[in-house]
Amino acid sequence: MADADLESFRADARRWLAANAPQSMHGPPASPDDLCWGGRKARYPDDVRRWLAVMAERGWTAPTWPREYGGGGLSAAEAKALAQEMAKLALRPPLVGFGLSMIGPLLLQAGNEQQKREHLPRITRGEIRWCQGYSEPGAGSDLAGLQTRAVRDGDDFVVNGQKVWTSYADKADWMFLLVRTDPEAPKHAGISFVLMDMESPGVSVRPIRLISGASPFCETFLSDVRVPVRNVVGKINEGWGIAKMLLRFERNMIADVFKERDDAARLLALARRHVGDENGRLRDPIVRDRIAQVEMDQACFEWTLARSRDRVKAGHAPGPETSIFKYYGTELNQRRRELAVDVAGPEGVGWEGPGFAPDDLRLVREWLRSRGNSIEGGTSEIQLNIIAKRVLGLPD
Amino acid sequence: MALVLSEEQALLQQTARELVAQRAPVSRLRKLRDAGDPDGFSRELWAEMARLGWLGILVPEAHGGAGLGWLELMVVVEELGRTLAPEPLLATVVLGGGALLLGGTDAQRAAHLPAVAAGERLLALAYQEPGSRYDAAPRSTVAERAGGGWRLSGEKRHVLDGHAADAFVVSARTDGGATLFLVARDAPGVTIERQRRVDFRNAAIVRFAGVRVGDDAVVGQPGAGGMLLDRVLDRAAIAVSAAMLGGMTAAFEMTLDYLKTRQQFGVPIGSFQALKHRAAKMYVETELARSAVLAAHRALDDAADDRTVARLASITKARASDAYVLIGNEAVQMHGGIGMTDEHDVGFYLKDARASAILFGDAAHHRDRVARIDGY
Repeated sequence: MADADLESFRADARRWLAANAPQSMHGPPASPDDLCWGGRKARYPDDVRRWLAVMAERGWTAPTWPREYGGGGLSAAEAKALAQEMAKLALRPPLVGFGLSMIGPLLLQAGNEQQKREHLPRITRGEIRWCQGYSEPGAGSDLAGLQTRAVRDGDDFVVNGQKVWTSYADKADWMFLLVRTDPEAPKHAGISFVLMDMESPGVSVRPIRLISGASPFCETFLSDVRVPVRNVVGKINEGWGIAKMLLRFERNMIADVFKERDDAARLLALARRHVGDENGRLRDPIVRDRIAQVEMDQACFEWTLARSRDRVKAGHAPGPETSIFKYYGTELNQRRRELAVDVAGPEGVGWEGPGFAPDDLRLVREWLRSRGNSIEGGTSEIQLNIIAKRVLGLPD
Repeated sequence: MALVLSEEQALLQQTARELVAQRAPVSRLRKLRDAGDPDGFSRELWAEMARLGWLGILVPEAHGGAGLGWLELMVVVEELGRTLAPEPLLATVVLGGGALLLGGTDAQRAAHLPAVAAGERLLALAYQEPGSRYDAAPRSTVAERAGGGWRLSGEKRHVLDGHAADAFVVSARTDGGATLFLVARDAPGVTIERQRRVDFRNAAIVRFAGVRVGDDAVVGQPGAGGMLLDRVLDRAAIAVSAAMLGGMTAAFEMTLDYLKTRQQFGVPIGSFQALKHRAAKMYVETELARSAVLAAHRALDDAADDRTVARLASITKARASDAYVLIGNEAVQMHGGIGMTDEHDVGFYLKDARASAILFGDAAHHRDRVARIDGY
């Protein structure tokens, strides 16, 4: 596209955003929970719903998806311009979630026409919220050891089993999950990837309380749940390839999460408050060194993300570097969160109630939450195995 | 700007890799060391590097150079770093030549840069003194007004490639601040004593005993040499990080190869998860270092402002130092007993990692500097 066309697109987008974004959608949300995750179960404030509706109408909840599936049909350059204009106005995204970031991109790549038409428009309009049914009590890092059975019965599969660590299953409308459709085959070969309505009879969900006190994850019990055979993505018994394709989206998403722009300023403000300044510098040289270390490693990490994007743009195939991102991004985030509670010192052990500042209480919960970063989405040890095998070619 | 090499840069990298592998393997460094070679590097290879245009990469075309950029220099320096080539490129092109490029008068540039690009003149930067640690400011070296010019006295140490330099850029205290001077090797009062370092990188103690120079020897403005020196050292920190990237990459590849071939308990030792995970971490560290080295060189090519360059130089040097030291240590450990022998090359990398890590400031020094730049 010519530069002039792109600039005219940008100008139109800017005008339209300024005219259509509700005032309260400017500025960052107080927490990720204040973003719109869509779905039938949640009630969102009027402005949030209005912002979602106008953006979805234009296809801009999924700017690069094709128009026939509810997307905006934008080129990568236009989508970037749109994101830049939204950033300039400090506009929050109208919709987030696994539909847009995981199952949607997957269906675009691997779904059949009927599946795309059925699910993608409902994702872009925020009507359906998705969750991911991968891990099981006996299948964590060894995901392919999953035991949830799906037995063919006419046009349906009958599914029995248990999923665990299902993010927001209690708030989701649909689940994409891995089931074993051939128990006789080698473990990677007997798995299928299916889409399931959470309203189906036999589905029950129980939230899990975590060390941080929050319950973002659930156990999901499946008892004689009927799933139509047409809801299999890809071929029956070839779900492992689909699962791996999706894991790459997931690892990118997890790495993306660790790029909060205000992190450096927050950590420094925290240190100023708890450690104090002397002659214009932080009083404690060890805290100074540790903050510099985290921020410098963050810079190197972001350059590595940028380098990977630039390589793809220059026409090179993306390598297995997503494993580096997942491994390093999560470990770095853990170091940052741990440093924050270290810096807070005695104020870094509050749980709730009097005597603790709300900001310090938040640090504690963030620190606890971050311990899961190196576990979820493939543990750090699994990422290192992947690097050793696929990148370095070390023998089994 | 994009953090990838252009086709031309990739081609230059390929040429450099082939030449370095052929003409400058580590075995050659070993021979120079064992023979106690007075130069400690190869004059023939230096002439070849000049013919290939490597010495003039940063030199403007008007002064007989190629007028290329920092990324071009990066790929050459990285390849030379792979085999720890001791040719005085950093000292001549980035330190001495860099001071002239950034602060020299037209006359100084015309007098020296064409000879540098042609491989006919070696330069060095004499700035470190006994006890100065990582503080670049001159302490005991002093230049006083004398007659129509200056009289320079003091002692400099760790002068990289100073043993062979034809001329020195020297920092000295003067009224109103630091000043840089250009001093010929054969000026009366200059004495040079070679230093032997753990990494066999060539260096010297250079003493100045009342050396007389004229006003035309001042590089940059009198009293403003501190800022000029910082700018030169930032670029040197970035360039040496590229050499370190080459060194750590080579040491890592050597180790990876050993993990795949060395058999114990009937299997390659690289099949053990305890070693796999450590190898994967070494890989991650080299990748992060590569990103920083690319970003810093790219910023220089994009003519970033001094503060940005200083920040990037410190981030990159700290990252390269930490990564290289880790990889040097791990490389020896994973090679086991053979890694402790002088016969094996891997020990050369361990030593280079240590010596390079302290060059132009160690990682802790640069973290403190980033904190200072960022206001804490």
